[in-house]
Amino acid sequence: MDNIAGKKSGLTWAVHISVAALVLLWIFPTLGLLVSSFRTTDQIRSSGWWAALFPAVQNEVFRTADPGEFRVERDGVFVVEGNLYVVAGRADTDGDVAAVVQAWGTSSRAIGAYAPGETADLGDGETMTVEANGDYVWTGSDDQLSGRGQRVFVTAESPPEFTFDNYQTVLFDPGNREGMAKAFFNTLTVTIPATIIPILIAAFAAYALAWMEFPGRALLVAGVVALLVVPLQLALIPLLTLHNDIGIGKGYLGVWLAHTGFGLPLAIYLLRNYMVGLPREIIECAKVDGATDFQIFVKIILPLSFPALASFAIFQFLWTWNDLLVAMVFLIDSSGETTVMTRQIVELLGTRGGDWEILATSAFVSIAVPLVVFFAMQRYLVRGLLAGSVK
Amino acid sequence: MNPALQGLITIVVGVGGCVAYFYLSNQFLDRVLFPPRGPNTGRNINRANAIRPWLFLFPALFALGLYLAYPVFETLRLSLTDRSAGGAFVGLDNYSRMAADPKFWEAVRNNFLWLLIVPAASTAFGLLAAQLTDRISWGNIAKSLIFMPMAISFVGAAVIFKLVYDARPEDVAQIGVLNAIYLQLGGESPITWLTVPFWNNIFLMVVLIWIQTGFAMVILSAALRGIPEETIEAAIVDGANPFQIFFKIKVPQIAGTIVVVWTTITIVVLKVFDIVFAMTNGQWETQVLANYMYDKLFRANDWGVGSASAMIIMLLVTPILVWNVYNARKEMR
Repeated sequence: MDNIAGKKSGLTWAVHISVAALVLLWIFPTLGLLVSSFRTTDQIRSSGWWAALFPAVQNEVFRTADPGEFRVERDGVFVVEGNLYVVAGRADTDGDVAAVVQAWGTSSRAIGAYAPGETADLGDGETMTVEANGDYVWTGSDDQLSGRGQRVFVTAESPPEFTFDNYQTVLFDPGNREGMAKAFFNTLTVTIPATIIPILIAAFAAYALAWMEFPGRALLVAGVVALLVVPLQLALIPLLTLHNDIGIGKGYLGVWLAHTGFGLPLAIYLLRNYMVGLPREIIECAKVDGATDFQIFVKIILPLSFPALASFAIFQFLWTWNDLLVAMVFLIDSSGETTVMTRQIVELLGTRGGDWEILATSAFVSIAVPLVVFFAMQRYLVRGLLAGSVK
Repeated sequence: MNPALQGLITIVVGVGGCVAYFYLSNQFLDRVLFPPRGPNTGRNINRANAIRPWLFLFPALFALGLYLAYPVFETLRLSLTDRSAGGAFVGLDNYSRMAADPKFWEAVRNNFLWLLIVPAASTAFGLLAAQLTDRISWGNIAKSLIFMPMAISFVGAAVIFKLVYDARPEDVAQIGVLNAIYLQLGGESPITWLTVPFWNNIFLMVVLIWIQTGFAMVILSAALRGIPEETIEAAIVDGANPFQIFFKIKVPQIAGTIVVVWTTITIVVLKVFDIVFAMTNGQWETQVLANYMYDKLFRANDWGVGSASAMIIMLLVTPILVWNVYNARKEMR
C-alpha cells in the first residue's frame, strides 16, 4: 500500500538487503554453534567455524618412519619409504587420505620450499621426495639415514569434513560422566508435569473469572495481573524453607510445584482473556438447556479454548525447559543425580571452557527440542504473545 | 524410584487429582450440600451458585497465594531479620550492610545500564524488523528466523555468544567471530571481550537484545498491521516520504503497544540472571541484582542481605505492576 504513490524501486532493494543483513546477523551466532558441533577438536582449534564450509589449508609437521627400523638397502643407498599420514596414524595403509599436499619442506625456515613430487637435495647425496598424497621417499648413506625420522613440514589442503562423533560422545557414550543423556531425561521429567498441571488448574480458575458472577471478581483479576510481574527471585528462600519444613526437600515434586505456582498467573491471564472473548450465546443456550457450569466448562469452554491452551502450553514448556534458576534452587541437590541440561552446560562452561566441540554439542542438544517445538507451533506462540501483551 | 516413572505417576495423580477435585466438589455441592429440590430449591440453587466460583478458583488461588503472594511478605520479613541471631528483628540493618557493599552498587549501576539499553535497543530493532519485513514476499521467513532466539534458553544463548566472543592467543587462528573481524579490521591483538570492564556489560546485553528483539518484532508487527490504512493513504497523497510516514504517522499510532513492549522487556531485564551467571558470574564488574542476590543467598548464605536485594528488585518492579493493574482495571470497566 506504500506503493500507491509509485514507490522507488531503489528503496525496495534497500529493504530487501537490510532484511537479509538483519536475518544473517541474527542467525549467524546460532549457526556458529551448530556448525561447530559437527567439527572435530582439531578443526575447531585450527580455524573459525565459518571456514568449515571451505577446504582448509593447514601447516603441519610430520616425521618419517625411523630409519633404524624401516630403512632398506637398495643399490648401495639406504631408502626409507612410506606415507606421512600413515606414519602419523592419520590414515590407513592404503594411503587414502583426504588432505592434498600443496607444498612441503624439511626446514622450519622454509616450510614451503618444494612442490609435491619434487625431489629435495639435502646435501651430500641425501634426497627426499614427497608426493601430493603424502607418500615419501628418503634416500641417503648409512650415516645420513640414522637416528630419528626426518622432519617434514607440510602445507596441505583438506576438504570440508563433518563428523557425528561429538554427538556420539555427548549423548551415547556411557563412560562419559559429563554426558547429556541423563540431564536430557531429567529435563524432560521436570518439564512435562510442570507444563500439564498448571493448565488444568488455570483453566478452571480462568473460567470462573471470565464467566461466573461473584463479588470480588474484578479484584481477583487485578491480583492476577499484579502477580504476573512479581519476580520469582523473591520466592526462592521462603519456599525452599517451606519445602524443607513439610518434608518435600529438594526434588522433582518441589520443582513441579514451584513451576506450577510461577506459571499460573500467565496461564490464568491468557486463558481468561481468551475465554471472555467466546460468544455469550453459546454459553447462555447451554445454560437454558440445563447444563451445569461444570458441564459447560468441560464440554464447551475447554474445546473452544484449545488455541489459548496450546499457546500457554508452549510458553510453559519453553520456560520450564530453558529454566536454570528454579531447577538449581528447588531440584538439584549435592548428589547431582537430578541435574538438568541448563545446569550441566553451566558446569561444562566452567570445567571445559575451551573444549568447544563438547560445549557446542551439549548446548545444541538442549536447544534442539525447543527449536523444534518453536518452528512446529509458532502460530500458537505468536497468538499467545499477542493475547498476553497487547491488551 | 525411576524419575521418569515418578513423573508419569505425578502427571496421572496431578491431573487425576485436579479432575477428581473439580468433579467431586461440584457433585458434593449439588447433591449433598445444596440439592436443588425440597422446600428450599430456589435458595439452594442460589447458594450453590454463590459457592461454585470459589470451588473453581480454590486450587489456583491457593497456589498463587502460597508461591507468589506469601513469599513477597516472607522475603520482606527475612530482609528485616537476622538469621544467625535466630531470626531476631534488626530493622534496616541488612539494608545498611548491603548499602555498604561496593558490589551492590556495582550491581545497581549495571542494572540501570541494562534497563536503559536493552529495552530501548530491543524495541528499536524489533520495530525496524517489523516495518522492514512487513511488505516483502519472504517477510514471514525472515520474521521466523529473527524470532527464533526466543526459543533458546539464556544458558544456550550464553554458550552461543561465548563462542562469538572467544579469544585465543595472538599466534593461533581466532575462532571467535568478533576477534576475527577485529583483527581483520586492523586490531593489534585479540581481546578477551568479557573481561574489559564496562564494555563487557554491553557484550552481555547484546545476548538479551538478540533474544528479545523477536518478541518486540512480533508484537509491533501486529500493531503495525492494525493501523487504519486511510491514515497512511492520506499521508501519501499529501506527499509524505516513507520516513515521514513511518515516524510521523505509524509510530504515534502504535505508541501504546511500544510502551507495552518496553515494559515487558524491562521486567525481563530486571530478572536477568542466567546470562550473567553463565557468562561471567558477575566478575569483571558485570554484577547485576539478580545474580548478586543469588550470590548472597546461596553462596554466602546471607539471607538478610539476599532478601534485602530481592526486595530492591521487587521495588523496581512495583511501578510497572501498579501501571499494569491500573490499565487492566480500566479495561474491565
